[in-house]
Order: sequence, then structure tokens, then C-alpha cells
Amino acid sequence: MAQVFHRAANNVAKISIVVAIILAGVAGYVYTQVARSSYLTGRYLEKQQPVQFSHKHHVGDDGIDCRYCHTAVETSYSAGIPPTQTCMNCHSQIWSDSPYLEPVRASYRENKPIEWERVHDLPEFAYFNHSIHIAKGVGCSTCHGQIDNMPAVYQENTLQMEWCLACHREPEKYIRPKSEIYNMNWQDADLTAQERLNLKADYKIRSKEMLTSCSTCHR
Amino acid sequence: MQDAQKLKTTERRLRPKMIEGEHTFGTVSDRIGGITLKRRTPFGWFIGFGIGFLIVQVLMSTITYLLFTGVGVFGNNQPVGWAVPIINFVWWIGIGHAGTLISAILLLLNQKWRTSINRFAEAMTLFAVACAGLFPLLHTGRPWLAYWMFPYPSTMGMWPQFRSPLIWDVFAVSTYATVSLLFWYVGLIPDIATLRDRAKNKYFKIAYGLLSMGWRGSARHWHRYEIAYLLLAGLSTPLVLSVHSIVSLDFSVSQVPGWHATIFPPYFVAGAIFAGFAMVLILCIPLRVWYNLKDFITDAHLIYMGKVMLATGLIVVYGYAMELFFGWYSATEYERFMIYNRVWGGPYWWFYWLLILCNGVSIQFLWFKRFRESAFWLFIISLIVSVGMWLERFVIIITSLHRDFLPSSWGMYSPTMWDVSMFVGTLGLFLTLVFLFVRFLPVISIFEIRTLLPQANVHGHSEDFEENVIDVQDTEKT
Repeated sequence: MAQVFHRAANNVAKISIVVAIILAGVAGYVYTQVARSSYLTGRYLEKQQPVQFSHKHHVGDDGIDCRYCHTAVETSYSAGIPPTQTCMNCHSQIWSDSPYLEPVRASYRENKPIEWERVHDLPEFAYFNHSIHIAKGVGCSTCHGQIDNMPAVYQENTLQMEWCLACHREPEKYIRPKSEIYNMNWQDADLTAQERLNLKADYKIRSKEMLTSCSTCHR
Repeated sequence: MQDAQKLKTTERRLRPKMIEGEHTFGTVSDRIGGITLKRRTPFGWFIGFGIGFLIVQVLMSTITYLLFTGVGVFGNNQPVGWAVPIINFVWWIGIGHAGTLISAILLLLNQKWRTSINRFAEAMTLFAVACAGLFPLLHTGRPWLAYWMFPYPSTMGMWPQFRSPLIWDVFAVSTYATVSLLFWYVGLIPDIATLRDRAKNKYFKIAYGLLSMGWRGSARHWHRYEIAYLLLAGLSTPLVLSVHSIVSLDFSVSQVPGWHATIFPPYFVAGAIFAGFAMVLILCIPLRVWYNLKDFITDAHLIYMGKVMLATGLIVVYGYAMELFFGWYSATEYERFMIYNRVWGGPYWWFYWLLILCNGVSIQFLWFKRFRESAFWLFIISLIVSVGMWLERFVIIITSLHRDFLPSSWGMYSPTMWDVSMFVGTLGLFLTLVFLFVRFLPVISIFEIRTLLPQANVHGHSEDFEENVIDVQDTEKT
């Protein structure tokens, strides 16, 4: 009886096994890349805000301290978004009739907060507290990058769990002295490994097991 | 003439024939292959398949409702956090074990009687594992994230908790499913090729042609086939013991009285094989009648399976006895209370006695030839054992959990209608898959059955033949 498949089909079958294995490998690699891509994490994507506010200008050029606006960063879970009144401390005096600042003045007049676009959006199931990170020597730029170079702020890191855990597993690699927390140009290499270990002891940073326990972040 | 007379008188001492009737290689292929290649599907098949398929719709509705609503639709709640879903999981996984035992261990032990039943026992394993897998998958609540249980380079920067028996379960069951599938499929290839060559329908030709992977039956093909099959049998053999051992560790690794016992792994494995043989009997007794396969699945097969059931059942009963003994011997009030609560003090006491009746008492009839040799009674006992094995898991899981260490957290458990519909639904899925299998694939291994024919022993010194000769000589001396 005649066969429906030609002899050559045997070779096709054999080749398809090799191709399937290669495809599976490629798919696995593509997954690892796509899952961490800025397409999914929003990393490096500049957000347009209702006001053309430049951190580069205010922090980099003018040298305003982070805490001037983000007042709650040392005491609260949230660093705090400044109220319009904080802007008007200066801008009632300088650039007071700039058209760029009209949304700010409008907000002040109407007593209606400016609706800023959130750049760093952690999921609700992750508990995060700014104050403890400041207290234990994690500088702003460690997570947020060099804000003083960003005209429009973007997310410097992926905010994925593996990124959080990288530091929670080895905090000594990322901490700095209290005096340098708000230093945007701080480099990790500014301290030796031993100095950072001493710092970890001084800060009384808890064990890796405590820092990576589920309920530390998922409460 | 005298020799023939002698042979006849000693016939009873020979091993029972594993194939009956007058058969040649051709008639074997016709009879078994004909089930799938017959032009007309028998009407009865449509009825059976239809019933199964209707019940699958119950499963589908349940899953849909479950996914839209959440796992709260099940009755699981404190203190009984593990309930009917895991009972059903363990029940189904256990049933699969007979297939692996028959195909792997009996192959390595060179038991000829496995040949007629291994194919559908293996199919039964696969279908049972598919049903079992649904329960842990769906009770997670978000089954689309089930891949989190596998170790892969995730963005969470974490591996699964390798110290948890639930993760061991993931590996044990997925390995089991993969190896069983491969074993079943590799064994099918020569038969699918037979069907391919005999099929008249073009679509069947293409489908069987694809599945038979270019099998031509050359000496080289057979050589490779034998090696691959033996290797897979070797791979499957430890799985018979490991899978249900690991399932039992889900319980015995914890500290709940009634779960924390060292006997659990062997006790569960024996229970699995016990339940599995019951299910094989439930399937093959009607099958051999409906499809007229009594020549291949002979009464001798049923008797052997009845004996295996009796042996494994007795191990399980020993397990029950040991559980009672451990409760007393532990000298721990919690363990002793657990036994008291399970056997007569608690609200679920009658489940325990029903279990003893189903698994302990019913199998005692298998000591007697009258019951062992009756397909009807084997079928009834198998049904009772299947119920009993479900009750066993109920007693272990629910009765242990509903009275835990803290009296303040004691409670009662009752399943919701969704628990019931999910279980009934998987029965339907199983039935549907069995009917599809019977319709489209050879239920009995054609080429292996051929090796049982006298024509296959052209050299006249097969092991069977030698054994028979020895047997005859022994009788002659006496």
C-alpha cells in the first residue's frame, strides 16, 4: 500500500527535533530579555508632567536640597510631593509672570493641587518606606539615579523584585555615610569594602535573612 | 498418544495461557486494529462518549465559575485549609500508579501477563495524572501564574522554596507525567505504524503517519526501539515508588497529628497501586466484553490483578493498623486524641469505619477462588476499593485537620457543590479521554500480543517453553 509520506519526511522529522530545541532555547533567552525590558518596566522613559519642571535646573544648577520639597523623606513612608505653596515660596518673586508657570499660579489661585504624573509606581502589595532607607544609609541616587542631570525625571531602575533583593541581600554594597545621603554624585567606590562593612554595623542593619523575609516587604 | 495424555493431565500445573482462542499474527492485528479502523463507530461508543463529554461540561462550568469568582467557591476554610481538592488530587495520582507498575516493573520482571493490559493501563495513568493535575493547578486561585512554581530566571530574583514538599510535588508529578507520556508513546509507535499501513481513510493515514514517525519495522528500528523501551522502563521504575512517596510527604513533613508518621511513603505507594489495579479492573472488565477481547484479556489476567490487589490491600491495612499503633506508642496526647477522634470519638468516625469496610473487609473475599475468578465480583470489589481509597484520604486529611492542636480553632468541614462538581467533572474528563483513546488508538499492544503466540517462538526455547517443560518433567517423575 502506498504511503502518504515520502521518504524525505523522515529527514524533516529529524530536523524538526533540532529546530524545536533551538527554538525553545531562543524563546527562553528572549523571555529573560523581554521580561526586564523598559517596554515592560518603564525604565528610562521620561514622563511628561503638567508643568515643565526640571530637576536638572532646580537641583543641578540651583543646588536646592532634596528635602526642601520632599520634606517627609526622613520621617515617612512617602518622600512627599510638595504643595504648590512650596513652589510659590520662590516663584511669587522670580519668574512670577513666566507663561511656563501659569499652571502653578492657577493651582495656587484656585487652591487645587497640581496633578503630577507618578514616575516610580511600586505595586500595592509591596510595602515600602522611605524613612527607613534614609536612616540606614541608602542615598537618593542609589535608587533614583542622578536626578540632578534629569530635565524630566525618569525611572532609573526596573523596580522589579530582583532589583530590590539585590540590595536587601547585600546592603553593605550600597550604603553610604549619613552626610552623603543627598549627594547626587556619590559613587559606591568612594568607600572601601571594609568601611562599608563598618558602616553596616554602625547602622545596625539587620541580617540578610531578616531583610529578605517575605513579610519585610509583603505585609 | 500417551504423551498427549500426560500433557493433558499436567496442564493444570502449567502457567495459565496469556492468550486464548486460535490466533495468528494476522488475526491479532485484525481484532485489535479493527477496533479503531472499523468503518462504523459502534452506537454504544457514542453513548459512552456522550455521557463523558456531558460531564466534562460540568467541569468546564466549574472551572469558569471558579476563575471568575476565586477559590472561595470551594469549601476549604480554617481549620480545614486542605480539603476535597487535595483528596481528589491524591486519589487521581494514586490511580495512575498501576499503569506505571504494569508497564515498567512488570516489564523488567519479565511478566508476560502485562502485555495485554499495559497499553490501556498506561493510558489510564496519563488520563489520571491529567485529572489530578487540575486540582493543585486550580486551587492556587491564579492558575495562569502556576509557572512560578518552576525554577526559571524570573524577575523576582527568587527560586521556589526547595524545602517545601509542595515544590517536590511539582517536580515529581511533572516528571511522572512526562515519562509516562513518553513511555506510552514509544510503545505505541510500532502499533500506530500498523494502523497507518492498514488505514483506508486518508485523514487517518496522515494522522497515523505523522504519529508513527516513519516506523518501517526494520531490524535497526526494532533494535533501537527495544533499547529505548528498556531505558524508559528503567526510568519509570523509581517513579512508581517516588511519586506517591513525595505526595505522602506533603502530609508527613508537617506536624499535624495524623499526618506526621514515618510509615506514610510506603503506605501511600501501596495504596496507590491498590487503587490503580482497582481502576484497571474497572476499565478492562467492561472493555473486554464490549470489544470482544476475552482472547487477549483472559480470566487469568483478572485473577493476577485480583491477587495484586489483595497483596497491596493487605499492605494498606497494615498501614491502618500501624497508624493506630503509632498513636498509642507515641505517648503524645495529641496523637492519642487524633486516634480517638478518628475511630470513635469524633463526628467523622463513620468515615473511618466505612473506610475499613471498603478497603479492609471487602478485599478479604479475594482470598477465595470463587470471588477471584468471577469478573463480576472483581468489578464490584474494585468499585468498593475505589470508594475506599477516596475515603482513606478523607480520613487522613479532613479528620486530622478539623481537630488540630488548639481546641479554639476546631471546626467542621463540608464541601460545596463546586467541590462536588469539580470531582464529578474530572470523572467525566477521564471517561471522555478513555473513550477517545479506545476509538483512535489500539487499546492492546498488537505487536507484543503477537510475541505471545506460539508462532513467535520459532526457535522453540522461549522462557515460557522451558518452564513448561520443567513442569511436565516434574510431574512425570512423581
